[in-house]
Amino acid sequence: MFWLPTSQFYYMHRYFPHTEAEIREMLAACGLSELRELYGDVPAELLLAKPYDLPAQMSDDEVRKAFDAFAEQNIPVKACFAGGGFYDHYVPAAVKSLIGRSEFLTAYTPYQPEISQGTLQYIFEYQTMMSRLTGLEISNASMYDGSTATAEAMMMAVAVGRKRRRVLVSATLDPAVRRVVDTYARYHGVEVETVTEAGGVTDLLHLDRLLAAYDDIAGVVLPQPNRYGIVEDLSGIADKVHARKALLILNCIAADLATLRTPGEWGADIACGDAQSLGIPLSFGGPYLGYLCAAKSLMRKMPGRIVGATADAGGRRSFVLTLQAREQHIRRDKATSNICSNQGLMTLYVSIYMSLLGSEGLREVAWRGHQTALYLLQEMTGSGRCRMAYPDKPFLNEFLLEMDADVDLDLFVRRCIEDEKILPGIRIDGNRLLMACTEMQTKEDVDRLVNVFRNL
Amino acid sequence: MNRELYGKLVFELSRPGRRGYRLPQSHISSSDLVGSKGEKAPEIPSVLLRRQQLSLPECDELTVVRHYNNMSTNNFGVDTGFYPLGSCTMKYNPKINEEVASHAGFASAHPATPGYASQGRLRLYRTLERALSEIGGMAEFTLNPFAGAHGELTGLMVIRAYHDSRGDKRRRKVIVPDSAHGTNPASAAVAGLEVVEVKSLPDGTVDVEALRPLLDDTVAAMMMTNPNTLGIFEHSIPEIARMVHDAGGLMYYDGANLNPMLGMARPGDMGFDVMHINLHKTFSTPHGGGGPGSGPVGVRAGLECFLPSPRVVEHADGTLDLEYSHEALGSISATLGNFAVQARALAYILSLGSDGLMEAGSLATLNANYVKEALKGDYLLPVEGLCKHEFVFDGLSDKSTGVTTLHVAKRLLDHGYHAPTIYFPLLFHESLMIEPTETESKETLDEFVAVMRDIAREARETPDIVLSAPHNTPVTHPDDTEAALNPHVTFDMC
Amino acid sequence: MIKFSETHEYVRVDGEYGYIGISDYAQKQLGNVVYVDMPEEGDELEAGEDFGAIESVKAASDLIAPVSGEVVEVNTALESDPRAVNRDPMANWIVKIRLSDPSQLDSLMSQEEYEGYCKK
Repeated sequence: MFWLPTSQFYYMHRYFPHTEAEIREMLAACGLSELRELYGDVPAELLLAKPYDLPAQMSDDEVRKAFDAFAEQNIPVKACFAGGGFYDHYVPAAVKSLIGRSEFLTAYTPYQPEISQGTLQYIFEYQTMMSRLTGLEISNASMYDGSTATAEAMMMAVAVGRKRRRVLVSATLDPAVRRVVDTYARYHGVEVETVTEAGGVTDLLHLDRLLAAYDDIAGVVLPQPNRYGIVEDLSGIADKVHARKALLILNCIAADLATLRTPGEWGADIACGDAQSLGIPLSFGGPYLGYLCAAKSLMRKMPGRIVGATADAGGRRSFVLTLQAREQHIRRDKATSNICSNQGLMTLYVSIYMSLLGSEGLREVAWRGHQTALYLLQEMTGSGRCRMAYPDKPFLNEFLLEMDADVDLDLFVRRCIEDEKILPGIRIDGNRLLMACTEMQTKEDVDRLVNVFRNL
Repeated sequence: MNRELYGKLVFELSRPGRRGYRLPQSHISSSDLVGSKGEKAPEIPSVLLRRQQLSLPECDELTVVRHYNNMSTNNFGVDTGFYPLGSCTMKYNPKINEEVASHAGFASAHPATPGYASQGRLRLYRTLERALSEIGGMAEFTLNPFAGAHGELTGLMVIRAYHDSRGDKRRRKVIVPDSAHGTNPASAAVAGLEVVEVKSLPDGTVDVEALRPLLDDTVAAMMMTNPNTLGIFEHSIPEIARMVHDAGGLMYYDGANLNPMLGMARPGDMGFDVMHINLHKTFSTPHGGGGPGSGPVGVRAGLECFLPSPRVVEHADGTLDLEYSHEALGSISATLGNFAVQARALAYILSLGSDGLMEAGSLATLNANYVKEALKGDYLLPVEGLCKHEFVFDGLSDKSTGVTTLHVAKRLLDHGYHAPTIYFPLLFHESLMIEPTETESKETLDEFVAVMRDIAREARETPDIVLSAPHNTPVTHPDDTEAALNPHVTFDMC
Repeated sequence: MIKFSETHEYVRVDGEYGYIGISDYAQKQLGNVVYVDMPEEGDELEAGEDFGAIESVKAASDLIAPVSGEVVEVNTALESDPRAVNRDPMANWIVKIRLSDPSQLDSLMSQEEYEGYCKK
């Protein structure tokens, strides 16, 4: 135990309730006299010889100051025009307040349904909302994020396809998602073929050729909207994919589905992606929420937790984790996935957010982002120094600009951040900038951003 | 709670026309969108738009607040009461963790913010990474994996990348003790590896003699928790590590049971090459009803290059940057992982400090042994001797009552406790796995012991009350057979 | 003729066909069956390899083919009523196959041998 050299008081940490007398008493009950004896079964050469080389314990206020010091090393951003799958959306104060309920926050996976109805019910409500949003019959209780949800969807297609181990992926899928899909595929023994892009969208002729060329295609993964913000026309694709006995997997930005044609309406078998856009803070990359929805026939092949409704002994509606025989703790190496968690708290964000906004709110969010994006596009291109990379392709709230050769894009981004506290977008391959708008940016933000561009 | 008023689903509270939001205004009007010489976007063709009406709740703000508040009272968390769920390390989640997780300097930052504007966030990542390396005895950690199982998968990919880089592509076998968590074989299968189980001795530790014949030139790794799932320290670990290394395999440490090792021993010193840590267990980020977690993966010197991209690297001038390397196993996440969870874990490490961390493991072990010694008469302790942070009973000692582990677990709910982990590990028929953690007081443990003894007495004297438990919970005996036979997984299927 | 495997599947032989299901002992061990994952007609089963799975609420068991052969029929009634396996496992077989190597039957257990095996 620790004795502070300056005082002669036994120093108890505020998280540990043990008094010195209690420790002695408890040790005696175990037939021991010193804490070290509890480790008598550990070979002596393995025991730590010295304390960790870490700072001494801190008060809450010192911890707070340590984090303030980290924050001071950042350049704060007040207006965010970066998207790429993750967006700065308005979130009502009630969401954060309710998330903080410690009965939600400090509970574990709802293994004991009798005392976990809170968690189980909000997940059930989440599953219902996601099913309605995607137009598919079922949803699981969530995955880690959009990239891993897409990789899981790919593995699901391979599991359904039995001996089929080839998956076609459009080149217009977000490259960060693609990297994760590729990694899972390589280790899991799945062949990934790229469907090339033409004019900013999936090359449908190339897709036809690939579908005809292989007999072992388990699934086809397409994005909506795609990595350039373009809304792709997927008419007729589901039939072609199904004719080859493969599954159609759509990776979609969740919030956009309130407005765009749904995966269900496109005839997709699986919808997956990130649901950060539904009320989850950006938090520099996480935690987010991967959603995974599917046709009912695929229920037994779904990875992850699933909550089902049932009745209890008194006939009361109640909720339980169901279809557990798919999962790792029972099937071990035969499980549909190794995932053994859900993003419980993040599904709560999404459920509360959707409960407050409703479908009208989600449509208004989309429309407002679209309006601001139209204005931003008009003002940026009005400078005459950049143009839409794919001018004939429709978008919702995110678009790609091609800069003139003499525009120093890195300098533009740096000036926006340093001088105006604006993150103007995401630079992608070459001199191109992906810009996104939501309801959070004002006309003034756009004007300041464009002003930096004009004065570059 | 008034069940009539507040026991409904949110969809049942909806009334057409109500709304619970107002968006901020952008001050862009339609007149701003005409007359400029800039480009116009093409109209979105109607074929690309949603046709099916989207039915979501229409509620005012108070209705939503009451709905979720009341729902939370049907839940049990660490803040509610004692949560001795074995293998899950349900310790106190300090309030300062939550405060820093929503710090203005991090909460609204976009992951694509350039490195020069994110130095503080990258420094936070790096600081936690260094702290975990010190605690784990490893050279470097990646914080990118999203959860423990994701960490396992990442760690196994590191191991495959290592063998593949040496042209050693036959190594596809992963040896796992028969007491292992189900995620171990599942992660191996996802990583394209094949699982071979090794038997345990009657004392619950790995049978070194049974291991020996499994070690050939197809072994990629041995995966272990230490202490193991019975809470027993694998005392032969130096010998096991030597044997596996001699056979050309790597040692993987499943960090699920790291808590009792805090301040006492480091996986790196035990001979492990790759490990993961569950920040939501050992480092007290809340479990959140199942997530988000975080499962950083550490490696010994020489394996750093295989860690997933992006990696946070430090330049000579002290600035931090992201690196994507060809040697890396690939990417397992689109971002640097669950940043807000990482922030919580760092807050916990700073709060405890070196001195607090040095105490945590032994106090967790003290609590577990204290409860074990107090209950081992009434409950059957299959393996005697010291345990670490947790231990496993094989049900009640008196097997004549008809009361099983499941019944004991349900009866505990009546007394305001969360149940221990039940029917795991699979080594015993009636496993009841108890992990008290270091943040529980002696009187909490004494009260729990008294209740557990009461239940054992009830099992002998009035078994019906145990067999029919729970009695005082918001719902009782939900029918999970019916739920699995006819799954209703959305309100629309009900 | 009826034969049993060590993994508790039976095969009831009828001419060139075999009906494969799980034993009464196995259904008791599993408890309430909630789902049977079955192969498709035309699939080739290989003796000793898994061809599906059977699930109860909290357990699942792989179905291991006791003998090889081509699936000629699956018992689709189990899709809507999986608990038929609990009621009468011998009547409610899972797949019907055309035996490709009847000699494999010799290595399986008779009813009597199997009953002894279960008591061990």
